[in-house]
Amino acid sequence: MARYVCKRVLLAIVTVFIITLITFFTMNAIPGGPFNSEKASSPQVRAALEKRYNLDKPLPEQYILYMGGLFQGDMGISTKTGRDIRQTITESFKVSAKIGGLAALLATIVGVIMGSIAALRRNTVIDRLIVFFSTLSTAVPSFVLATLLLYFFCIRLDWISVWDTENQNIILPVIALALYPTAYITRLTKTSMLDVLNQDYIRTARAKGVARPKVIFKHALRNALIPVITYVGPMLAYILTGSMVVESIFTIGGLGSKFVTGITNRDYPMIMGTTIFLAVLMVTMNLISDIVYKIVDPRITFD
Amino acid sequence: MSEKILDVRNLHTSFRTDAGEVRAVNGVSFNLEEGKSLGIVGESGSGKSVTAYSILQILTGNGRVTGGEILFRGEDILKYTPQQMRQFRGKKCSIIFQDPMTSLNPTFTIGNQLMEAILLHTDRTKKEARDRAEELLTLVGVNEPKRRLKQYPHELSGGMRQRIMIAMALSSEPDILIADEPTTALDVTIQAQILELMQELQKKIGMAIIMVTHDLGVIAEMCDEIIVMYGGRVCERGSADDIFYGPAHEYTKGLLRSIPSVNGQKEKLIPIAGTPINLLNMPKGCAFCSRCDNALKICLEEVPEEELVSPGHYASCWLNVKKRMEGSGEAAS
Amino acid sequence: MSEDMPKKNPLSLQIDLKKFEPATEEEKKQQDVMSKSTTFFRDSMKKLFRNPLAVFSIIVLVLILLVIIFAPMIVPYGYSEMLKFNGTKDKTAMNLAPFTYSVNEQKYMAEHGVKLFPHIFGTDELSRDYFIRVVYGTRVSLAVGFFASLIVLVIGVLYGSISGYCGGRVDLIMMRIVDVIYSLPDMLVIILLSVVLKELLDGSTGIIAKLGTNMVSIFIVFGMLYWVGMARLVRGQILSVKENEYVLAAKSIGTKSSRIVRRHILPNCLSVIIITTALQIPSAIFTESFLSFIGLGVAAPMPSLGSLANNARQGMQSYPYKLMFPALTICLIVLALNLLGDGLRDALDPKLRK
Repeated sequence: MARYVCKRVLLAIVTVFIITLITFFTMNAIPGGPFNSEKASSPQVRAALEKRYNLDKPLPEQYILYMGGLFQGDMGISTKTGRDIRQTITESFKVSAKIGGLAALLATIVGVIMGSIAALRRNTVIDRLIVFFSTLSTAVPSFVLATLLLYFFCIRLDWISVWDTENQNIILPVIALALYPTAYITRLTKTSMLDVLNQDYIRTARAKGVARPKVIFKHALRNALIPVITYVGPMLAYILTGSMVVESIFTIGGLGSKFVTGITNRDYPMIMGTTIFLAVLMVTMNLISDIVYKIVDPRITFD
Repeated sequence: MSEKILDVRNLHTSFRTDAGEVRAVNGVSFNLEEGKSLGIVGESGSGKSVTAYSILQILTGNGRVTGGEILFRGEDILKYTPQQMRQFRGKKCSIIFQDPMTSLNPTFTIGNQLMEAILLHTDRTKKEARDRAEELLTLVGVNEPKRRLKQYPHELSGGMRQRIMIAMALSSEPDILIADEPTTALDVTIQAQILELMQELQKKIGMAIIMVTHDLGVIAEMCDEIIVMYGGRVCERGSADDIFYGPAHEYTKGLLRSIPSVNGQKEKLIPIAGTPINLLNMPKGCAFCSRCDNALKICLEEVPEEELVSPGHYASCWLNVKKRMEGSGEAAS
Repeated sequence: MSEDMPKKNPLSLQIDLKKFEPATEEEKKQQDVMSKSTTFFRDSMKKLFRNPLAVFSIIVLVLILLVIIFAPMIVPYGYSEMLKFNGTKDKTAMNLAPFTYSVNEQKYMAEHGVKLFPHIFGTDELSRDYFIRVVYGTRVSLAVGFFASLIVLVIGVLYGSISGYCGGRVDLIMMRIVDVIYSLPDMLVIILLSVVLKELLDGSTGIIAKLGTNMVSIFIVFGMLYWVGMARLVRGQILSVKENEYVLAAKSIGTKSSRIVRRHILPNCLSVIIITTALQIPSAIFTESFLSFIGLGVAAPMPSLGSLANNARQGMQSYPYKLMFPALTICLIVLALNLLGDGLRDALDPKLRK
């Protein structure tokens, strides 16, 4: 177990390191640097700015300086707004984490319940309906869904106001983010539940005289949920990238929309900071879900 | 003669599949006496396991008993409520399966699964159940029972797991133990140990055993009564001596010719020609006719009735009818 | 059954004695009803065409393909062409509803007594025929999906088979590289690379400029990142096939290794490759539309379904159908491809077979 965790942590560290390398050097590969697009800046101002952001030093040194700053929690300053990036990220992440966390929770709970129902009521109308909707839902991109929700519930029906930035209603963005993972978890749970229900140990439990609800909730569900754990990492990645468009559509000041604004503004330090932050988050979540998977399934050997 | 504990009458079981209805069991009848051992023998697809599962009503989702009666001490268990059925399973009648590697839930400890069986059918407290579980493990010859209770199935060997399955099946001292190919997935040396253990436990607890197997050697060692199945029907049934020394059905004869004799005689082994029948396309007549060397025209057309060969020994074969007709014909002339 | 005598008296006169003659071999043969043997491929295709959802998706995809191939030949408007009237921009043709004509067009038709080709989906805010833009957008999205999957297929299969076939140290090193790439958050790297490549390639001319820098960057990203899934699958498949008893059996009777690869390893990998590719196309379309939506997609005026949907957001309150057309097209394509992929998996994966 300890060996496995060590190996995975090592891989995660290597991954994060590679991400910082990719981020840093691709950003610097852009000819001219970030201050070229500022039309107004004179050569003197530009030189001063470049000095301030260490851009006059050779690339490897810049990288080391940036990494040194990163370890102290310093991600630099936005070239567009002049605000501290770390502060921007922490503030906007609170918003994103709330929406993303709710979406993940909703997707897991609804997905597992629907998937189990579909498996237990196999070949009935309920099963067919669930399969139909989950298949349909996996074909709808999150930005399409978000736009449609916005159109119907906020514009046509005017039920929910999303424009109130102080007290924003987050139901719609959560639904827009949760639909795809819900559908995916539903399908995953159904397949794995059906597989488990055909296992010999379920027959053993029935032969012992265990009542049906207990067979399902104790013996089947626990085994059926193992594959769902492995989906937590990819689900988080989906929600994070989905939040970029969903937050922009609903004009929520979360991390995703900050990232997209950074892209449109060519705010390179902002893009770098956000990428590294999100990458570390994803790698960590993947690491956790992998380790939890090994703990829940005792059959897996730890090497 | 002792009392009949189980009386299966004209049992029919079928499975609905995409390719059509598979009639896995077609009118099987037999009975089991208190404390005795019955062997059900046949090749893959003969319906022997399905017969066993039908008794416990643990067929997979698309399988269903479509006809007949299963009388347990005179009560038809097919008419039981789900509640009664749960009381029957595990308490009155339990089962051990072929593959001990997959028959235990991989995500629960041995102790958890054993105690679940004990707590279901007795009024013990958790602590008493744990003691009983330890006792059972000792009974089935598992060393270090305390430690085993905390282990997961994958940490144990196949023979050990089968012992645990037996312990689980015996937890509430059932009247009937069904063993569905209990030794097929095990090494030969382990096989002998498991069979010995079962015989020993039968003596101790006094339960009746239904042994489902394709292994005639196992049957010879374990069983008092034998039924031979082919294509979902009973070909022949009788005492072990009747079947082994006076087989009255061509299929049984074929089976006996195809096993090596244990006493060192160098006889030529004769396999049964052809392939097992396809249950989706059952022939009109005797299921075995296409593989039978001595098949008659009537075998292709009509299903033979079961008839008495000698007291307690029945067979369903037209050849017996023919022989009798010839016999009586000679006597008449 | 009880222990009484058989119910039917075998000596009863009704019994035809002829029936008790031995049966001939032919008669016995007739009893053996064998299921017909078919080849794996034919069996799979039969199974695929019996699956109504798969047939539905094939029909939908064929229809979409026909439309995007032939519509530009029939519709007399270009995707970047603003409608003109007497040589000047037709200002009345902005944001027309489906199947309506602009004031100028109506006048023209009344004067000349001819019928102009209808604007099936209306027009956009720059007086461009929207139908043809959606058609071109679909072309772009499908092309991206298809070529991106092709890149994944080639790189993934090559890498995976080299790794699986060589085994040992080579395999170990190659798989470590895959592990690292696999754990990269792909979407982030795609966005990052798209941003950078957009800047880098912006000045270039020729084929890159024609395709649009973002299209090229999508291909580059797929070539760099997305093949790892395929490589892992192919490697795993080759390893497991290599270990199989039937390959061992083939080796033991002296089968040449080229024949083993052809007869045993390839057919087994083929199903995995086909299924993965079929499911890769919709995921690539998703990625492309996502990038187009956040402004990193194909270069204007070339439309893609994602950029059309994004542009339609501004006028959504007045012209919701402009969002619906590209959005529904994406959903339909992705749905059809997903269902086809599922159907292929059911038909080709022998493990799922009964």
